[in-house]
This record gives sequence, C-alpha cells and structure tokens, in this order.
Amino acid sequence: MGLIVKDRDIVVPGEVLATGMDFLPAGGSYRDREEIISSQVGMVLVENRLIKVIPLSGRYIPKRGDNVIGKVIDITFNGWLIDIGCAKDAMLGLKDATSEFIERGADLTQYFNIGDLLVSKIINVTRVKSADLTTKGPGLMKLTRGTIIDVQSSKVPRVIGKQGSMVMMLKEMTNTRITVGQNGKVHVSGFDPEMEILVKDAIKFIEKNAHKHGLTDEVKKFLEERLKGKKILEKKELSKETLEKKENVQEKI
Amino acid sequence: MYKKRFDGRKFDELRPMEAKVGIIKRADGSAMFKQGKTIAVAAVYGPRELHPKFLQNPEEGVLRCNYNMMAFSGSGERVRPGPSRRSKEISYVTDKALMPTLNLKEFPGTVVDVFIELIQTDAGTRCAGITAAAMALADAGFFMRDLVSSVSIGIIEDQIIVDVDKEEEDYEKGMCDMPMAFMPKSGNITLLQCDGYVTKEQLKKALESGKNACNKIYEVQKMALKNKYQGELK
Repeated sequence: MGLIVKDRDIVVPGEVLATGMDFLPAGGSYRDREEIISSQVGMVLVENRLIKVIPLSGRYIPKRGDNVIGKVIDITFNGWLIDIGCAKDAMLGLKDATSEFIERGADLTQYFNIGDLLVSKIINVTRVKSADLTTKGPGLMKLTRGTIIDVQSSKVPRVIGKQGSMVMMLKEMTNTRITVGQNGKVHVSGFDPEMEILVKDAIKFIEKNAHKHGLTDEVKKFLEERLKGKKILEKKELSKETLEKKENVQEKI
Repeated sequence: MYKKRFDGRKFDELRPMEAKVGIIKRADGSAMFKQGKTIAVAAVYGPRELHPKFLQNPEEGVLRCNYNMMAFSGSGERVRPGPSRRSKEISYVTDKALMPTLNLKEFPGTVVDVFIELIQTDAGTRCAGITAAAMALADAGFFMRDLVSSVSIGIIEDQIIVDVDKEEEDYEKGMCDMPMAFMPKSGNITLLQCDGYVTKEQLKKALESGKNACNKIYEVQKMALKNKYQGELK
C-alpha cells in the first residue's frame, strides 16, 4: 500500500509507482485497478496526492496559448507553414499574421520569407493536432538577429523559473534580451555577442541540472564566475567602441 | 533425450545479455540489445508527417518497423541486401508486437519509423530486434503502457529450452522453435509464432518458461534505460 518509488526517481514504462487508492495519476502515468503505472520514461514527481512523470525526452506537444519560436518553411496561398519542432508543421494564416490589409495576389515574402524565424503564439490546436499560430500581439514578431538555443521542451519551465525568476536574472546579469518558446527554443540577443555565448552556456547548464533544487542560486554563481573581470557593455559604450573600430579601419584604408 | 545443451547452458538459462540506450545521437530514440552472438540495433525517428497521404491514419499515428539483416551478419554467407520475403514478414510481426503498448493518439496523421538492424546474427534475431525496439521507443519518449521483452523458446526431443541459438535451431532432432514477445507488467503476449510441431501440454510449459525468461530480459531493459537517464542527471 502506498508509494513504491521515491520522489525524483527515474522510471520506465510499465513500472508500478504506487498501489492503493491514496494517489491520483497525473501526466505520464495511468491507473490500472489498484496500481498506478508509469507510461513514460521520466522522473517521478509527487505533489501531495498527485503522481506525475516528467518526461526526459520526446517531442514538444503543442498547447493552446503557448508562445513558440518557429521557422518559416513554406509559403502557401493563404499563409505560412512554420516548423515549431513538433510532429506536424504549424500554420500561420494571413489574417493572424498582420493587422495590415493584404491585397489579393500580394507578395507574401514581404511579411515573412522562407527561413525567417519568428516568435508566435498558438491560438488553436486542431482535431488532427496541428497548431494554428498568430503573430499579432505583444512580444510576437520576426527575429532578425541574435542566437537560438535548443532546450529539451520538458525542461523549459526550469529555464523560465518561478514567475520568470531565472530568465529575469539571466537578462539582468548579462544585459541581453531573452525570449523563451515553450517548444524548447530560446532566443537571445544582446549588444555583445560574448554575452549571447554566455547565456547559451548558462542555459545548457540549466538543462543539465534541471532536476536540482535551488537552481537559480547555482546559475547565479555560474554566471558570476564567468563574468569575473568582464565588462557588461551598455548600448552607448558599444556604439563608441564600434565607432572607434570603424575609424581604425578607415584610417588603414 | 536432449540432456545437455551445445553451449553448456541450463535449459532455462539465457545467453549473456547486454543492453545500451541512446547509442545513435541523431535519432529520436535508439538502443542496442546483445544476446550471445546476436546483436540488434534499433533507431526511432519521428513522429513525422506520413507520405503518401493515403497511408495516414487520422485517428492516431502509424508505427512502421523495418527489420534488416546486414550483409555481413550471417554465418559466413553474405546476406543479400534489400527487403526479402522473410524480412518483410518479420518487419510486419515486429510492428504488431510493439503496437499494443504504444499510444500514438497524440500524433494523428504521422508516422513513427523504427529501423532495426542486425549487425551479427546467431538465431533469435526478431526477438532481439523487438527487445531493442521497445527500449528505443521508450527512449524516444513515447507514451507506452508497458515495455515489450522477447525471447525464443525451442523444443528439442521433448525438452523445452529457452533462448535458442543457431546450433540448436539447425539441430535435426529439434521439434519446434517459437519466438514470443511479452508485456511484463500486464502479462499479455504480443507475438507468438511457431515453426514445427508442439502439443498442448508442451505449449503451456513453453509459454511459462518463456514468460520467466522475458521477465529476466525486462530487468536488463529497465536497467539500461535507467542507466542512460541517471547518467545524464549526474
């Protein structure tokens, strides 16, 4: 009777997690009469009477309301096809792409071209589990510069942190702009490319240690160590530096 | 009466096993399963869109298995590459052996490809293939009710033996060779084939010893999966 596995254990499909009616199966597990059984490879999380299995692998499953980062892979007569890293390509319809009036037969590449990266929001998941997207809304836009970092989609909540604490810290310490897509794509752009690399390393660090308690403090330590002796560039300073560089180049010419 | 096995094993003893998960980095899931001299490698790709479109199932994802013996894998003789009658049949039964555990309701209109390659063969290849494929599917993060473990059972002169190797398979006094696949948690059999003659009593006994053997294989599968993910967390 009761719990058979420990909290934060790794389990495989078919493994019994608990017996008796004291617990309820949540994501990644199911009940078979008296037993709660895992249906995924993952880590067990026990929250009061709920037993959850957090997946450690697998594709992103689209959910309505998620912000995702995707890549345009095709243009059709009524919109764009976007790869958001799930089983099926997502659809960005004309009327959800922009509030501008688009004339019949207009060249759609002026809005989004093949290969463009964009931040979008899932407005609907259809019956056949393909996602409809929109780029109308705050923070939804085409990405023109910066770095994209891939994260396992089940570990995205740790990258964001409690009420965005992790992302906020990363942003403040490195002076970069960070957008996290629920599909496991993170966009980073800053004035200093070195900071983008640092954020990439930090996010890989988070992904590796996603199961640990007190991760925010550890990441803070990690960043402080790497930032030792480095100057965080502000926009003004950077422009001054680049100007100097440009002058040097011109002098040489 | 068959008193002693060619390689000196007990009648219910399996060949030494080895399992490894995540051996192919670019695949969504992968696994290797080694049983004696038989080595199977399985790689899972998908879910991805299925073409041609008429093969799609709008209710759930389609599982597509592909069994292949490599050209150099056999006992000295070169295996002709490409699909044959035999490999097509085995691909089909592998598919049917794995489907009952797998839940692809989340991915309608898509396909999950499982490629099973036999690097080295010494009988029991479809069993090793199914065992490896089950691990690879779990590694790819699919919803599964259960794992699948598989073993072949043989009957030589009324003696039931477990995990038949090539020497025993070719032995002229052998009566029967039965590959079976088994879901250890629910206790259901998902594959049972029979090549030869078997009586009702023998079949009952054979299934019993097959189930015991599958439970041993299940432990190896479980350890391999846990090792991979626990290693990642450290």
